[in-house]
Amino acid sequence: MTRTPGADLPDHPDFLWNDPEPKKAYDVVVVGGGGHGLATAYYLAKVHGITNIAVLEKGWLAGGNMARNTTIIRSNYLWDESSGIYEHSLKLWEGLEEDLGYPILFSQRGVLNLAHSLQDVRDSVRRVEANKLNGIDAEWVDTDGVKELCPIVNTSPDVRYPVLGATFQPRAGIAKHDYVAWGFARAAHELGVDLIQNCEVTGISTVDGRVTGVETSRGRIAAGKVALCAAGHSSVLAKMVGLELPLVSHPLQALVSELLEPIHPTVVMSNAVHVYVSQAHKGELVMGAGIDSYNGYGQRGSFHIIEQQMSAALELFPVFARAHLLRTWAGIVDVSPDASPIIGLTPVENLFLNCGWGTGGFKATPGVGDVFAATIARGKPHEHAEPFTLDRFTTGALVDEHGAAAVAH
Amino acid sequence: MQLIPCPWCGPREEAEFHYGGQAHLAYPEDPAALSDEDWAKFLFFRENPSGPHPERWSHSAGCRRWFNAVRDTRTHDLLAVYRLDEPKPVIP
Repeated sequence: MTRTPGADLPDHPDFLWNDPEPKKAYDVVVVGGGGHGLATAYYLAKVHGITNIAVLEKGWLAGGNMARNTTIIRSNYLWDESSGIYEHSLKLWEGLEEDLGYPILFSQRGVLNLAHSLQDVRDSVRRVEANKLNGIDAEWVDTDGVKELCPIVNTSPDVRYPVLGATFQPRAGIAKHDYVAWGFARAAHELGVDLIQNCEVTGISTVDGRVTGVETSRGRIAAGKVALCAAGHSSVLAKMVGLELPLVSHPLQALVSELLEPIHPTVVMSNAVHVYVSQAHKGELVMGAGIDSYNGYGQRGSFHIIEQQMSAALELFPVFARAHLLRTWAGIVDVSPDASPIIGLTPVENLFLNCGWGTGGFKATPGVGDVFAATIARGKPHEHAEPFTLDRFTTGALVDEHGAAAVAH
Repeated sequence: MQLIPCPWCGPREEAEFHYGGQAHLAYPEDPAALSDEDWAKFLFFRENPSGPHPERWSHSAGCRRWFNAVRDTRTHDLLAVYRLDEPKPVIP
């Protein structure tokens, strides 16, 4: 009997966490109730025994980029620094379902990053070798290998940008983003973390260069430590304490098709023509488009970006020609100059920063939760966070991952 | 598609334009005197407001001339369009 796509999805959950009134004071206030904020609170409580925590969310839990990403998880970045944190994250993904006691539909179906030019091929092979040296599973596959792994890719030489090969990371894959957020939220709640929604931070209070709390739309909340996990709105929050960040916020769009029979066995990404596509468990094709060139906070992107993305997707996957587009949307991504994140301490004592993940923050969710929690608890950067300090833009020790970040910006 | 009012050509579709980032950034007058912090600020740090933002645009598929605009980054409304040699307009 053939399995109905999506039949193994769990039922829609009952309430997994309560909706408390904010207390007057917390040991740690995490600003931003997305994946990173929830994971940070979870690991603070679980690993470091700090449970007097509030996660403040201006909208609803995991309704920002956590609800808007394309759920791709991989660790095949070029540099040692990136390999450190992304591979740490991938290892946590591999045990996350058991750790959280909640199904997250983590599916290690592999990711192909296509090469379309000789330079692409050289860069890709270099990245594969760099990955191998860092103990990350990676291989170079030629055009026939791509066809074998994903038969629906058009590998004909008669297209504008023929597929010359690809890097393949077998342990990469996708997960169900909502379940990931709910799993972290439920687990954090069980450990005593207060998850406070509809609570927008409007100010950050400091005394003598030390953070003392936050002003919110639901009143003042005192805090021993404040941790920012606000992705696209990080600049706005940092400005409240006069802190400038080297970030630009852009709308990044994605789209889904109607539900289709299982046809796409893996994840395919292409920097050159700008397509990344997978098929979710229920059957919809999930595709990512590019960022709008200009900055914006409107969670709405330009139509021509979608048009370009669709034309590229159709050339690579002619079989999608008659699929219907169901929905498009945008999230606000905070892009840093080197396409790497900023994690760590700030010039304001007890104010901690996690931002700059740009277009690729979802895959880092458990990894950054663990690393950022350790940074907050110890008051010094976790070893995997050390290369990603804010002062690298002054020292020049950039971690340039534009090549592996997969979304051109 | 959003229409952008080019000061020379009038309203045209946004796909004709190229974005140039934050406006009114002057190259340092005495580059040799800059500290690492100053260089970092000049190279990497940009205003990233949620609200009105003065920025450069080029009508690259039209008259190919550059101009400045103040755009609300929340709504993408263009609040003012002005020439490069004009001062930043006051947005109420």
